[in-house]
Amino acid sequence: MNEKAIEHAHRIGGVVLALEGVSLAFGGVKALSDVSFDVREHEVRAIIGPNGAGKSSMLNVINGVYHPQQGTIRYLGREYHDMDPHEVAMSGISRTFQNLALFKGMSVLDNIMSGRNLKMHSNILLQALRIGPALREEIEHREVVEGIIDFLEIQAYRKTQVGRLPYGLQKRVDLARALAMEPRILLLDEPMAGMNMEEKQDMCRFILDVNDEFGTTIVLIEHDMSVVMDISDRVLVLDYGKKIGDGTPDEVRANQAVIEAYLGVSH
Amino acid sequence: MSKHWPVLTLGAVLLVGLVLPIATGASPPGFYVEVLLGGLMAGVLYSLVALGFALIFKASGVFNFAQGSMVLFAALAVARLGEQMPLWVAMLLAMVIMVALAWLIERLVLRPLVNQEGVALLMATLGVTYFLDGFGQTLWGSGIYKIDLGIAKEPVMILDQVFQGGILVNKEDFVAALVAAGLVASLVLFFQKTSTGRALRAVADDHQAAQSIGIPLNYIWVIVWSVAGFVALVAGVIWGSQLGVQFSLSQVALKALPVVILGGFTSIAGAIVGGLIIGVGEKMAEVFLGPVMVKVFDLAGGGIENWFAYVLALLFLLVRPEGLFGEKNIDRV
Ligand SMILES: Nc1ncnc2c1ncn2[C@@H]1O[C@H](COP(=O)(O)OP(=O)(O)OP(=O)(O)O)[C@@H](O)[C@H]1O
Ligand SMILES: [Mg+2]
Repeated sequence: MNEKAIEHAHRIGGVVLALEGVSLAFGGVKALSDVSFDVREHEVRAIIGPNGAGKSSMLNVINGVYHPQQGTIRYLGREYHDMDPHEVAMSGISRTFQNLALFKGMSVLDNIMSGRNLKMHSNILLQALRIGPALREEIEHREVVEGIIDFLEIQAYRKTQVGRLPYGLQKRVDLARALAMEPRILLLDEPMAGMNMEEKQDMCRFILDVNDEFGTTIVLIEHDMSVVMDISDRVLVLDYGKKIGDGTPDEVRANQAVIEAYLGVSH
Repeated sequence: MSKHWPVLTLGAVLLVGLVLPIATGASPPGFYVEVLLGGLMAGVLYSLVALGFALIFKASGVFNFAQGSMVLFAALAVARLGEQMPLWVAMLLAMVIMVALAWLIERLVLRPLVNQEGVALLMATLGVTYFLDGFGQTLWGSGIYKIDLGIAKEPVMILDQVFQGGILVNKEDFVAALVAAGLVASLVLFFQKTSTGRALRAVADDHQAAQSIGIPLNYIWVIVWSVAGFVALVAGVIWGSQLGVQFSLSQVALKALPVVILGGFTSIAGAIVGGLIIGVGEKMAEVFLGPVMVKVFDLAGGGIENWFAYVLALLFLLVRPEGLFGEKNIDRV
């Protein structure tokens, strides 16, 4: 282990988020069956599994889009049966989407600025008149956003309408918007899907930098095994909605059930 | 290019219709400008109401059939409350009522129905329409009421140096059009430049993503319905003062529908341009096309103003269903 890795390992703290016995079904389809898993502060936590395994559903449960029929979610010392998207966002969890969910008609800058929405408090009237606190607020947030834009190296596209950007860059904007919320926990749903090698490397670097510089806890869904094994501290493996493995990359690699699931299903 | 010929043809026909009266000398320039101006002034009001409609459609995907009834309801409130108190107090109070209405609609109609089929929501706004029409009468009566803005209604002569005979404009109409135009401009600025406006646009683009960054959908819906209520109030007061507050107001306001079909449901620019096209178009058609039709086909004449907007909207649906500025509806999987 190099020094950086050792330092990283030392930072990993206690459990911040835990799902216990979560089950979620859509009609007859069991997206998740009795899944338990936890996330520790500052770690990079991966979720893998074949298509339809329930990975995205997992994020949707955490972020309050889906309401599980069974199980509990422990977060920040409290126990929830399900989550509310607005409260989740307020409490410092942000996310990106598997199928890009950007505000396509808006500029890159506006998309990322919208991530600051929760941190803006001036009332509508002041905003409308663009005076006093409202204007100052807009400028302050703009500075943070410019920082993120520099960090993700998308300066050149600030004013471009998001819908016109190539896919790889849209993925970056999606990440930028989530980062603008300054989250404690960042949920990433296949941030590297559809990218070429070089774009993937960039994205990996960004994710590790975020984790490193801001201490952000990262929950990551990814299909590319080499990426997952490379950057994550612990890996959860799902198959048909069931947990079939959970542990460090090495442990998971050696897990018989995991090997079978991956050999049995082609992607 | 070839794909666009139906739209281009329709546009060309409209344009020819617009210039024909003046080009053929059928109308004296002064009179022509007077009709044009009248059309624009009426059109701004359509734009305003259509804007309320487009906002709701963008932010919640709801086809708000009740927009016309909201105009009537607000106008009734102002007219009847205005009998007991100064007009500005009545307007403020009516605004409070419209915001309360927005809140109630969000609570009782939108929230429970949000994940249902689109048809369910459309039916619900139809329900709201008839409820508002009826409930307005229950509260405030079904007579014809007056709103007096205290601006002279007599026409004044302007530009009589430029055009022979000058141009007659009604001062109240003129002020009303200015107010409406100012309001349209402020709404556009609000939408483009404020953080709440940004949140509104975000919700319009993608509900899920908007939620994930902590924008509360319910709050946004209350805001857009309140804005629609405000727009309805202003339009209701202006039309109420011009035409009297009566049941037919909701029919006038329903012209917002053809306007948004023309402009594109989700487009702010479309609502504005559409309003102006329909305002000018129907005036021109009424004044210049009407007499020709009467002569050629030996008709009773008149009434073009009542159907022109809808026929134009129908034609647009045929040649360009997404409207002038609307986006093609592509369902993503
Ligand atoms: N909103 C929904 N309605 C109905 N079924 C759903 C819904 N969301 C997910 N499912 C079903 O739940 C199962 C798990 O889906 P999920 O999207 O969580 O899989 P995934 O592991 O993210 O797959 P992929 O790798 O393809 O993204 C699938 O069978 C899917 O069809
Ligand atoms: Mg998925």
